[in-house]
Amino acid sequence: MESRPEIARAAAEAAARQSYGKLVAWLAARTRDVAAAEDALADAFAAALERWPKSGVPEKPEAWLLAVARRRRVDAVRRRLTREAARDHLQLIAEEIEARMTDEELPDERLRLMFACAHPAIEPGVRAPLILQTVLGFDAATIASAFLVSPATMGQRLVRAKARIRETGIPFRVPERAELGERLDAVLEAIYAAFAEGWSDPAGTETRRRNLATEGIWLGRLVATLMPQEPEALGLLALMLFAEARRTARRSAEGDFVPLAEQDCDQWDRALIDEAEALLSHAAASGVVGRYQLEAAVQSAHAARRLTGRTDWPAIRALYDALFSIVGSPVVAINRAVALAETEGAMAGLAALYVLGDDKRLDEYQPYWAARAGLLAKLGQVPQASEAYDRAIGLERDPAVRRFLQGKRAALRN
Amino acid sequence: MRYMLMINNDESALAAMPIEKTQQMSAAYSAYTEALKKSGAWLAGERLRPTQATTSVRIADGKTNVIDGPYADTKEQLAGFYMIEAADIDTAIEWAARCPAASTGTVELRPIWEMADYLPKT
Repeated sequence: MESRPEIARAAAEAAARQSYGKLVAWLAARTRDVAAAEDALADAFAAALERWPKSGVPEKPEAWLLAVARRRRVDAVRRRLTREAARDHLQLIAEEIEARMTDEELPDERLRLMFACAHPAIEPGVRAPLILQTVLGFDAATIASAFLVSPATMGQRLVRAKARIRETGIPFRVPERAELGERLDAVLEAIYAAFAEGWSDPAGTETRRRNLATEGIWLGRLVATLMPQEPEALGLLALMLFAEARRTARRSAEGDFVPLAEQDCDQWDRALIDEAEALLSHAAASGVVGRYQLEAAVQSAHAARRLTGRTDWPAIRALYDALFSIVGSPVVAINRAVALAETEGAMAGLAALYVLGDDKRLDEYQPYWAARAGLLAKLGQVPQASEAYDRAIGLERDPAVRRFLQGKRAALRN
Repeated sequence: MRYMLMINNDESALAAMPIEKTQQMSAAYSAYTEALKKSGAWLAGERLRPTQATTSVRIADGKTNVIDGPYADTKEQLAGFYMIEAADIDTAIEWAARCPAASTGTVELRPIWEMADYLPKT
């Protein structure tokens, strides 16, 4: 049995996880002062962690936290205003507004906050991290590790971005349809980045990163619910659900890495796959194709193996062709080369990979070397394959995948 | 919020402009200023004489240095400004985009740091 303080602590943490973004967004909506909202909320969480273990968890934890945070902020405003006698009436107005809000349902400002963080006046590279911090409450160090930047640099950028929201007058609003494109892209990109970072830790050993995947799906659901008319928002959610459905199948009982082609379809989460399929067909009805829908369609083709017993590589190859024409990244090109090898033979796939070899970014990209090694092995070019496996092994950070690659390399000699 | 729109233009390109185009541009600026005023966003705005009329002053080691020319020698120079009232930066960006200078040079947008926000509270 857990002790009462532990239960209270868990309740406070759950409330923090679920309500952080909602509360920050609400508290900062009118003042645009995200940093001040976070400070007030931090005080409220500290008070909760101190009080709830003694007095019990309140019936509505979210309302309790909001009340405390709001009191802190009103106190701060009042202290400032009372020093300026000429502004007495402003204080009255502020109090009146706060009082009125108490009775109303807490409006959900999260989406507006996300779009404020994705505003073109915010440096592009910090938009996704800013969303992760203000909406999910991740600390700068966690975000820094996900975005391969030093915590100090990330911390600085986040502070600067929050100051910019306040000082330059960036509004909290969902953009009009015409200007949605660029900003929705940034929001979806942040969500995908959160998910991908979490998903790349399949063992779930690092809880923080595991949370990133869960939170990515949660945010994806939020955006898809609020914007059901946006096909790419639906496509991204579908994509994440397809991937999530395979989470447990990616490891054997012994903790070994299981590649997609060898996964046991019965271990895939049927409910998640069904939901993803429904989202994808709903998105397709709009007639506007985008990168997330295409990536989800690839996942859908893989998922179909549970029904047909085989993988439709020509379909996957066609999808990657389309994706490459939209995104054109070397990452997409590698996947396309793998599909090409399945449809036209290892030599064709390898030729497509060699064309990419000039891209210096691939020198440190494990999937490139793993794909290359696999195709060379198929062609019986043992020394080159073994060299490519060495590169891939050296670049891999996941021990299970490293063991898998080492096994492949060892099998070459037979 | 109050915002300052700073117009930065390539002076030499403007000087080389044929007379009809110059007239066209003046008309565009008049129309823009009129639109700002009608909407209630206009607070102030002036055109500046070219940098050949510029003098830069700085005191170094207790000595006043007076230099003939602008502070920074770049391709684009400050050529004029507008001060506007806008609800938020999106509204200000809309006004900046309508400014004729946005198509010929750059319009730099900066919020005014209101005195009440930075003066020490007594």
